[in-house]
Amino acid sequence: MNLKDDLVRSFSHAVEELFSTMLGAKVVPGEVTVEHQAPDAHDGVISIIGLAGSWAGTGCVTCSPTVACRFCSQMLMTESTSVNEEVLDAIAELTNIVIGSVKNDLERELGPLGLSIPTVIYGRNFKTKSAAHAEWYARRFHWDDDVFEVRVCLTPSDRSATLQPHVFGSASLAD
Amino acid sequence: MESDVLVVDDSAAIRKILQRVLRQTGMAIGNIFEAGDGKEALALLGQQKVSLVMTDINMPNMDGLQLLAAMKGAPDLSTIPVVMVTTEGGEAKVGEAVRLGAAGYVRKPFSADQIKEKLAGFLPGTTPS
Repeated sequence: MNLKDDLVRSFSHAVEELFSTMLGAKVVPGEVTVEHQAPDAHDGVISIIGLAGSWAGTGCVTCSPTVACRFCSQMLMTESTSVNEEVLDAIAELTNIVIGSVKNDLERELGPLGLSIPTVIYGRNFKTKSAAHAEWYARRFHWDDDVFEVRVCLTPSDRSATLQPHVFGSASLAD
Repeated sequence: MESDVLVVDDSAAIRKILQRVLRQTGMAIGNIFEAGDGKEALALLGQQKVSLVMTDINMPNMDGLQLLAAMKGAPDLSTIPVVMVTTEGGEAKVGEAVRLGAAGYVRKPFSADQIKEKLAGFLPGTTPS
């Protein structure tokens, strides 16, 4: 398993599926970056969700207020012109679905992972800090002329964690 | 005859989308009640009779699996079909939902067609797809 490649592929699959299924929109995956710290001073909206298990970390979505309002408007079929509770809730759900999908992909290699409840922050010139000393894998997405970014930081939470495929018992639900 | 449905999700956005999607299915749906977590759902189920519950798994206070277990343990609620609507795709959570008696599973993101297909057979007057 190559964590970076798998994450980047998973980001694209999760975002494209969400936009095509629930918004009837198309996004274009863009630049991939690897950074050694959390996002710098930031204006706009950042939604953060925790991942925990044999590997642990953080997933986040960052975007401008304009993109947040556009996403909410299209997802809920409403007219959102300013960042309010409904917009923040929509971005939280975007994060939950995208990072949740990434989590599901990663679990095939890393074993069961837990997902926290997302937290969304909207403001100006704020800085985030993660206590984890790991790389952030980020991918930009272009939605027409708008841009948003998905990023994940993930690191083994104990020495026994490996990148071996994880085997689960079988279970199914009736379709 | 119209059937009442309870939608349980901590995201108001998802509750709103499910309300819209349920109306779009063309199924005979009456009232659509909402709850933000399992505790709210159980309180509402004590007052309202519904034909179907659609619930998220990851929620604060009481999650969807705890809600499912509580319903299956309550004689007056145990026969209500519960469909899980969640980002959780892991075998552990899905397997737990099966073990507890979930009637179905819809993974987020979902389309209106997927919801309609999954709900077929669970509401009076519909047949399994």
